[in-house]
Amino acid sequence: MSRFFQLIGRDIRLAFRQGSAITLSLSFFVIVVVLFPLGVGPELAVLARIGPGVLWVAALLACLLTLDRMFQADFEDGSLDLLIIGPMPTEMLVLAKVIAHWLTSVLPLIVIAPVLGLSLNLPGDSIVALTGALLVGTPTLSLIGAVGAALTVGMRRGGVLLSLLILPLYIPVLIFGVAAVDASIAQLSAAPHLLLLGGVSLGALVVGPLAAAAGLRLSLS
Amino acid sequence: MSFVAQNLACQRADQLIFKDVSFSLSPGEAIWVKGRNGAGKSSLLRICARLLSPLSGHVEWQGEDIFKDDDIYIGEYHYLGHLDALKHAFTVRENIEFWASFHGSPNVDFALEQFELQALADMPAGMLSQGQKKRTNLARLVASPAKLWILDEPLSALDQQYIALFRERLRRHLAEGGMALFATHQDIELEPVNILNLDETAL
Repeated sequence: MSRFFQLIGRDIRLAFRQGSAITLSLSFFVIVVVLFPLGVGPELAVLARIGPGVLWVAALLACLLTLDRMFQADFEDGSLDLLIIGPMPTEMLVLAKVIAHWLTSVLPLIVIAPVLGLSLNLPGDSIVALTGALLVGTPTLSLIGAVGAALTVGMRRGGVLLSLLILPLYIPVLIFGVAAVDASIAQLSAAPHLLLLGGVSLGALVVGPLAAAAGLRLSLS
Repeated sequence: MSFVAQNLACQRADQLIFKDVSFSLSPGEAIWVKGRNGAGKSSLLRICARLLSPLSGHVEWQGEDIFKDDDIYIGEYHYLGHLDALKHAFTVRENIEFWASFHGSPNVDFALEQFELQALADMPAGMLSQGQKKRTNLARLVASPAKLWILDEPLSALDQQYIALFRERLRRHLAEGGMALFATHQDIELEPVNILNLDETAL
């Protein structure tokens, strides 16, 4: 178990040392969201209407931006070989990578999302719902993304293929995530949507590491 | 304690690279895998490191197939490939530390001393020369103990002085009952060594 946390710690330290992963997805997220008011005009009612969808789509894309590095960096310098033959089951290895990815690339988005929500004229209650939905739903993005990242590891320009493979699978998260925020804007309870999101995340927690480990073995053999 | 490979055959991209390769290793023994470019030296080593499945044949560690029952084999060997597995943002010490504790029972200071890396310990790995990277990578071998060393081109980029140093480390490993399986184009001047020539077993 200590190896599991060691690997997570290593990836987080690497992300902070190199700085690129965190700033890349975060600034992409901010810029995409800020572009929308410029594009559709400053009408507050329109912004509040499209706000939840914009924030969720931008979060999906920002997450996708860093996914292809999840295994690729370790593959390129030979670390992945050593990790795979090491004493940790490949499934646990994937899970550690996923947790590190979520903490370094997705959690910063969730932290900044309330501020961006305000700038899109979302009411206070719905910002709470938005943050909750992101917290519950985004682990799915990293978990499912790991499967795509594992299948495309070692491929040149695998990032494009990864997007095509993974984005359709993100649709349920997008639907329930936006529905949770819309519900709270309409003064309804966001709880059912959050529960569904949680269910999807738990499902992905079971399937993701197994499928990604199989994908890794396939890509490396 | 033994490592046995029987009738191994390897196929890459529909092409049979070698077949009927058999050898065995006992404590204190070393095997030098030789062969022309493309003879399958690296593939053979990757099979022995469980990174590649053979087309046919099997590999046994203490009588257990390493692809079926790998529990006793994991952690008993070090694999050192072409790539250096170093993170450029980490220092030499951090790199060795991570791999050693990932592998088990780390002794980082000993490894730094054995490969004369103390002066470089706090330098980012990205700043190292090729030879220094190689030494950092070789230090992994002694930073956590393992019975079998599987080494792919361990001497490349090393100068004469460090080739001699590595030879000493390898000799001590063998004298302590370790085993080694390596492929190199340079003469390692190790005695005694068993030679496995893949050209002779070629198709």
